[in-house]
Amino acid sequence: MKEELIIAGFGGQGVLSMGKILAYSGIMEDKEVTWMPSYGPEMRGGTANVTVIISDKRISSPILQWCDTAIVLNQQSMDKFEPMVKKGGLLLYDPNGISRHPVRKDIKVCSIAAADLSNRMEMSKAFNMVVLGAYLKMKPILQKDNVIKGLKKSLPERYHDLIPMNEKAIELGMKEVKEVI
Amino acid sequence: MAEKLLKKGNEAIALAAIRYGADGYFGYPITPQSEVMETLMEEMPWETTGMVVLQAESETSSINMLYGGACCGKKVMTSSSSPGISLMCEGMSYMAGAELPCLVVDVIRGGPGLGTIQPAQGDYFQAVKGGGHGDYKIIVLAPASVQEMYDFVGLGFDLAFKYRNPVMILSDGAIGQMMEKVELREPVRRLTNQEIAEKYGHWATLGKPASRNGNIISSLSLAASEMEAINLRLQAKYQKMRENEVRFEKNMCEDAEYMLVAFGSSARICEGTLEKARSKGIRMGLLRPITLFPFPEKAIQEMLSQLKGIMSVELNAGQMVEDVRLAVNGAVPVEFYGRMGGSLFSPEEVFEAFAKKFNL
Amino acid sequence: MDIKDIIKPENLVYSKSKVLTDTVMHYCPGCSHGVVHKILAEVIEEMGIQDKTIGVSPVGCAVFAYKYINIDWQQAAHGRAPALATATKRLYPDKYVVAYQGDGDLASIGTAEIMHACNRGENIVVIFINNAIYGMTGGQMAPTTLLGMKTATTPYGRRADLNGYPLKITELIAQLEGTCYVTRQSVQNPGSVRKAKKAIRKAFENSALKKGTSFVEIVSACNSNWKMTPVQANKWMEENMFPFYPLGDIKDR
Repeated sequence: MKEELIIAGFGGQGVLSMGKILAYSGIMEDKEVTWMPSYGPEMRGGTANVTVIISDKRISSPILQWCDTAIVLNQQSMDKFEPMVKKGGLLLYDPNGISRHPVRKDIKVCSIAAADLSNRMEMSKAFNMVVLGAYLKMKPILQKDNVIKGLKKSLPERYHDLIPMNEKAIELGMKEVKEVI
Repeated sequence: MAEKLLKKGNEAIALAAIRYGADGYFGYPITPQSEVMETLMEEMPWETTGMVVLQAESETSSINMLYGGACCGKKVMTSSSSPGISLMCEGMSYMAGAELPCLVVDVIRGGPGLGTIQPAQGDYFQAVKGGGHGDYKIIVLAPASVQEMYDFVGLGFDLAFKYRNPVMILSDGAIGQMMEKVELREPVRRLTNQEIAEKYGHWATLGKPASRNGNIISSLSLAASEMEAINLRLQAKYQKMRENEVRFEKNMCEDAEYMLVAFGSSARICEGTLEKARSKGIRMGLLRPITLFPFPEKAIQEMLSQLKGIMSVELNAGQMVEDVRLAVNGAVPVEFYGRMGGSLFSPEEVFEAFAKKFNL
Repeated sequence: MDIKDIIKPENLVYSKSKVLTDTVMHYCPGCSHGVVHKILAEVIEEMGIQDKTIGVSPVGCAVFAYKYINIDWQQAAHGRAPALATATKRLYPDKYVVAYQGDGDLASIGTAEIMHACNRGENIVVIFINNAIYGMTGGQMAPTTLLGMKTATTPYGRRADLNGYPLKITELIAQLEGTCYVTRQSVQNPGSVRKAKKAIRKAFENSALKKGTSFVEIVSACNSNWKMTPVQANKWMEENMFPFYPLGDIKDR
């Protein structure tokens, strides 16, 4: 198993932490992981993206030309990363704020209205966990239990009371994800 | 089983410093390595191991705090990024001249000048060819993973004390900011002052006991004949490093007809290139220098009889390639591929460059 | 009566401090460094802390201080002595650490290091020799060179419009919360030498009490580079330096 994944959106959407939770979950299953962020001024409101690789074997390049999955949370990221998905790969996006929807026909395209759903359920802080749930539904590379463990590991203890809400958000994402193509 | 954590390269440096028994860290914030000091401050090692952590007023001051701490036989370290390392080069020259051990971590960003905070390898020359003034060398370790960032802190301190010489971990923004699995090693405790006095009392400035005259740590020697003798002694030490401390990793080199040479993050990317080449039936190998000084020239020379060509792959305008060419001495064609200014190449991009250079 | 009858312990009125080595000093006759070295060595001897004192020597005339005072020494890069002293004291809080610096070292190239070490209140002793000129390099303008004073790089006299003003760094240091004792002394006559020695002793005692940084400036003569005889230089210092750099404690708490 080897999953090469790019998560991209605005800074503040929880893109980097979603990647971190995935990577930690991979460690829970004793897999090799790399988490490679874009860093710098992007962190403060510009576009942010992170490359996560989860593999049974030693990981070579942490830098990708192509990815198995792109999770896209704003228009700039759609423009940049839709072409990078491997043929037959997965593009998962939140249609909120997207003016140009995906055009490729050689990949699987799924949508999750995570912004809407999390707002409606009054858990907008768990927006990224809704997206994560949707991803795990489409690509069940990791067990949910291990994802919760990964979440615990990557959250400071003072936030552990938020774990049940995050778990609910993951379940919501799993339920609401829709296949577009 | 040892605990496995997901950590950034920079965080791994900090955790390793505490666990390898460092006595002091002195640093100044600069992107992309600020997490080193941030992590140390969060861990508060002065409460546990007694390690001193101090935010200095500048990189100049940081390296000179290392000078003071190293004079006392203590395990001291700093970390910085390219512009800060430029400021530290003065101090590193002094420490090499005064034969003092210390560990300096350079998380390179793109230059010249203020440059960019994105990763690059443009400071190979600075690290390997001196940086500061005078004929001196420092041992340069190039980690290619977060685990190596952690492990090289221990190795770096060991080598620094073995040779009483500065050691540098030459990393870059990619390895510093990247998170990977890190296995924490068995902790090494700090030496007590008594142990330091026993081990290093013959040279360190610990306060002069009645039994000896004052120890003097200096890099100054005004008489040409004395200074030449010091230089010759230093050169003999650097020669010992060349003989004993070369470290490298060979990947699929047994049957290789072509070989990439790359270090640090470039080497990681080139592993992807290697997979790509092999899948196309091209017999490519990868040689990754782990020590940039001393440089693994013999390892390269031993490959020459089976090779049709070598390509040095670096995130700069072509720096290590000069050392590769010196080692190869014209025996086979040596090409170069690089990018600069914080742009990274992909494994595919490196493969395309390779195929073009060698008409494959 | 021959010489053997005179050299007897009971006739001893003065002896060199045991903390001083027998090495002949390279300082010019008339230079203040030799006297300051002497009283520093005496303080170390009298306090019985030779085994606990670590010195940091500067770049400048006093670079060779390590040859003359028999303690452990670190020889710092130009201006950086307070950084070395900081780390040394932090790593060995029970030792006495003294940084010995001149005006070019402390008040020009090393301004950042001295300001921040003092501001952090490092429990170190700083001895600052201010002779208003660069001695080692041959008499160039120092940050503390007086207006009108001729040096190798101000051959027609220091001019404010060309060279800026003389820097009263000791007064600046006294403003910093981290300093506990800031004083300006001199060593041109026996009375002033006694006072300066007392100040240095107090600085060392403060260090043991962890009160913060103690800073002792010694206004000094550099007769060679001032191009005067030692007697003329001391007179010139009293008439010209003291009005601008007045002696006495600036801060003591």
